[in-house]
Amino acid sequence: MEVAKEKKIEMLRSMLLTRRFEETLTELCKNEGKIPGMMILCTGQEAVGSGVCAALSPEDVIISNHRSHNHLLTKGADPRAIMAEIYGKSTGCNKGKSGTLHLAVPEVNAPCTTTVVGGGLPIAVGVAFSQQYKKEKAVTVCFFGDGAADEGSFHESLNLASLWSLPIVFVCENNLYAGAQRYEEHTRVKDIADRASAYAMPGEIVDGNDVLAVYEAARTARERAIAGNGPTLIECKTYRCRGHGESDHQLYQPKDEIAAWQEKCPIPRLSDEVFALGLITAEELSALEAEIGAVVQEAVRFAEESPYPKPEEALEDVFV
Amino acid sequence: MAKMTMVQAINLALKQEMEKDDNVVVLGEDVGVDGGVFRVTEGLFEQFGENRVMDTPLAEAGIIGFSIGMALYGLKPVCEIQFSGFTYLGFHQLESHAARLRGRSAGRFTVPMVLRAPYGGGVRALEHHSESREAYFAHTPGLKMVIPSSPRNARALLVSAIRDPDPVVYFEPKALYRAFREEVPEDEETMELGRSRIAREGKDITLISYGAMLHETMQAASALHQKQGIEAEVIDLMTIAPLDDALFIESARKTGRVVVIHEAPRSFGPGAEVAVRLVEKSFLYLEAPIRRVTGFDLVIPLFQREKAYLPGVDRIVRAVRETLDF
Ligand SMILES: Cc1ncc(C[n+]2csc(CCOP(=O)(O)OP(=O)(O)O)c2C)c(N)n1
Repeated sequence: MEVAKEKKIEMLRSMLLTRRFEETLTELCKNEGKIPGMMILCTGQEAVGSGVCAALSPEDVIISNHRSHNHLLTKGADPRAIMAEIYGKSTGCNKGKSGTLHLAVPEVNAPCTTTVVGGGLPIAVGVAFSQQYKKEKAVTVCFFGDGAADEGSFHESLNLASLWSLPIVFVCENNLYAGAQRYEEHTRVKDIADRASAYAMPGEIVDGNDVLAVYEAARTARERAIAGNGPTLIECKTYRCRGHGESDHQLYQPKDEIAAWQEKCPIPRLSDEVFALGLITAEELSALEAEIGAVVQEAVRFAEESPYPKPEEALEDVFV
Repeated sequence: MAKMTMVQAINLALKQEMEKDDNVVVLGEDVGVDGGVFRVTEGLFEQFGENRVMDTPLAEAGIIGFSIGMALYGLKPVCEIQFSGFTYLGFHQLESHAARLRGRSAGRFTVPMVLRAPYGGGVRALEHHSESREAYFAHTPGLKMVIPSSPRNARALLVSAIRDPDPVVYFEPKALYRAFREEVPEDEETMELGRSRIAREGKDITLISYGAMLHETMQAASALHQKQGIEAEVIDLMTIAPLDDALFIESARKTGRVVVIHEAPRSFGPGAEVAVRLVEKSFLYLEAPIRRVTGFDLVIPLFQREKAYLPGVDRIVRAVRETLDF
């Protein structure tokens, strides 16, 4: 099916926004003390979140993992609130209490990102159960990595989602690495998608650097789920172009491998296409880039100028 | 003797035990080729090969469960969980099996495994990467819970933990990993589990701590001495369970005043157990209520407020003053 021009531009925009946002984070990390701790980026994998979320409606829920910035921004989270949270400021989406690994944006139905690998899968199944129980026209998407597919929770979750025909889409971002382990070093199955058959659900393999292919797969899976036909496992084949986190020197990733995948970057792939089709002019593209640059700059300004939470704020939103 | 960081000292313990005993194996996520997130297992893969230093997939319940099986049938596994905040995924294996199989098999089996994990705050990491939940493990009958406080005792305690017939949870205070160096003898050194030590002698008040907080406590003790001439006795628990209460009870009987310091949350924390033991066994010697300086009953906050959460010298000094002035 032909994808509408607006959709394509929307996906291009969200990939560009994520890239700009994360490039800025890399710069900020180098600035000692500004953002301590871990910085886990999705450079090169933007097509996954951007393609999947473009197929969702605002009511659909996403559960994300440690590599969440793109999922959240594309689902519509305010870049200012995300940036402020990463800075640990009280205007952040978690009021500066969680930082980059546990961003939660309930307003856009992204209630939980978790750094506990595999931790989100059963939670997503529970959300999908609620949606089914309440007869909502909505689905749940769970994003996770190839490494997470080795955790017990992956198997428990797929089994149950299938047993109860829940409206859920499992999106595995197979970026070829889990920490310092290459894919073949942690599992024998060639494709994570193969595991779907063990739970009697479709397992789709998608070129995770082709945002339109990801979008199509997600749309089909969503329709299937909404129609009451149960879950789908989508495996997006992609690549982690940077280290596990920004302090990882990537010594175990072959340089030519990185270079080859950089060639397959999903962003020029889409922008070249829309450009060739005449859907966007060179001026419009640079205007889009400029607009995104301004959005990110504003997010940084907002975060920098916001205060840290006061010590007593630690006692808010909890019971002690 | 070489001066070593805690990371190097733990590495030495693993290396020497593996050289001495073929049954000692190491497993965990990225412990092999990569040498571990904190480089604790560096060089082991090169020296001992993939049959004894195993990179596992992401599978904490598996890692802990596999270790139990290995331990039941003749091996001495030392498994690493990347951060203590990820041990919960395998908690059922520890609690339901590792801790219980000795009793359940009427003593015919024991589970000689060690679970190592970096734990605790002070490195400006995020939640799950900074927490201090030793009480879960100390509360579980059948598990030993060890937390070293220096390179030298880290090495000796780990050697003893590996040789111990029972499951030992060994938490490494990551704030101390590279905080300072200490002489560590090349020759074998062990340290009995379940024994505390006097880290500083004194007669006016007893301060009980362990792990990274021992160092805040020692600093507080020397500040109190320099500024006010107070002689605090500091006790380093080193093993949280089974808890050695003999030494601190003796000390409390001498000083009559006690403050317990830990970074774990306050309620139901190790300090509560220590305090009750003191009440049970030295009530008539106490001159003041026992005080606790601890983390709060919260998830450890992000970097900007971590210092407010962790016990520091000021909070310890204040608690000591209040106890002395009671
Ligand atoms: C339960 C658990 N174990 C270990 C870790 C440490 N850790 C964080 S991300 C990661 C690798 C995850 O790999 P994958 O699921 O493939 O996702 P990717 O990082 O490649 O996006 C590891 C080992 C963790 N956060 N949670």
